Amino acid sequence: MLKKLLLCLSLVLCITTIFAQDYPERPTQSPVADFTGTLSPQQKEALDVKIKAFEDSTSNQIAVVLVKTLGDYEIIQYGNGLIRKWGIGTKDKNNGVLVLVAIDDRKMSVQTGYGLEGALPDIITQEIIQNDMKPRFREGDYYGGLDAATTNIIKYTKGEYKATKKASGSNTGRRGGSAGFVIIIVVIVLIIIFRNRGGGGGNRVIGSRGGANPFWWLLAGNMLSGGGRSSGSDWGGFSGGGGGGSSWGGFGGGSSGGGGSSGSW
Amino acid sequence: MKKLFFAFAIMVGAMSLSSCSYNSMVTADENIKGKWGEVQTQYQRRSDLIPNLVATVKGEANFEKGTLTEVTEARAKATSVQVDASKLTPESIQKYQEAQGQLSTALGRLLSVTENYPTLRANDAFRGLQVQLEGTENRIGIARKDFNEAVQGYNSKIRSFPANITAKMFGFKEKGYFQADPGSDKAPPVNFDTDTKKEVTK
Repeated sequence: MLKKLLLCLSLVLCITTIFAQDYPERPTQSPVADFTGTLSPQQKEALDVKIKAFEDSTSNQIAVVLVKTLGDYEIIQYGNGLIRKWGIGTKDKNNGVLVLVAIDDRKMSVQTGYGLEGALPDIITQEIIQNDMKPRFREGDYYGGLDAATTNIIKYTKGEYKATKKASGSNTGRRGGSAGFVIIIVVIVLIIIFRNRGGGGGNRVIGSRGGANPFWWLLAGNMLSGGGRSSGSDWGGFSGGGGGGSSWGGFGGGSSGGGGSSGSW
Repeated sequence: MKKLFFAFAIMVGAMSLSSCSYNSMVTADENIKGKWGEVQTQYQRRSDLIPNLVATVKGEANFEKGTLTEVTEARAKATSVQVDASKLTPESIQKYQEAQGQLSTALGRLLSVTENYPTLRANDAFRGLQVQLEGTENRIGIARKDFNEAVQGYNSKIRSFPANITAKMFGFKEKGYFQADPGSDKAPPVNFDTDTKKEVTK
């Protein structure tokens, strides 16, 4: 039985490591991830600025990803895995769009999260691929194709989730409320504890307080980091680590169920 | 006295262990049901697209009728096979998959036949339907993958020790997977002999 279990475990481990290796690391600086060196820094910057500006006003997240090859994967499968692994889109709205290009395979896809399947139906993604990307990609104008595609994606998804500012505002409000609640409870508990101990001998109080200290510190630390996260950015928070000094908060933990379509050039 | 204490300790240990795994089994079970719902939704979506597709293709002059009736029949058969989320046995999943697989084959054949009709392929309505069908197939693939993963977690849970004891006690049974479709890697053969095909479906 143990052997079986061990085998199972090692298998699971194997599978997870395989999955982990298949997808490139989640970018923390920019939603434009070129793993092929196709785009020039200026082109990358232009797309980056455009996407981030759109994101600020709508919370919709567009990711532009260029990879060399997909390996054995179908592009839709690979893209779906990427959306889920990176968490493109916000967690509560799942409003991510992935523009994926596999340069060596000559394949591309535009894939949507659950929340944007209505605003950007498959037929529109197909149109974007056929009209915006394909002809330009054939001429080797990758930036032009991506630029036109993102422009159209922005055009179609602009109306969706307009009241983002409000939504995220209420979100932080709710979080702040619950944090406040926790603080109040902790304060009450602290008061009770110290009252009870007031009667005891001085030495013992110091001793036990010292023992309890790390626990309270931990709690306080947890609360602080939680509060900092909710007030520091408009985001649902980083789903993983990362996110250094850039203004961009990273992907928000969105998911997808296979919306969008693919093509080749 | 010591013996009694040990027996008691073992019992408590076993109970706490099994109660833990019991709850997580329930969670895993519910998770599977949710994933199964998604699978059914996506298959239903495909099924809903087919009448439109058939109507569009029928408009094409002298389109080969055999493939059309085949699709309609396969669709009727596939929609008649429904699996309740509480009865996801390997057999019922297999049956469901077979019915849907037949529809997939029939659809694939229909779409490959349409290659011979350039006016149809230039038809906007038809192309739109094709994209929708493709998107649905993608979603089916992902829903199936998610379902399989959920079942895998559940199955390995109820079969491993000591949870298998709890599972037996409370009747948690192994659930079925979707198998890779046999012959899905090959293009469907174009069959002009529609009469023999009908007999098979009957």
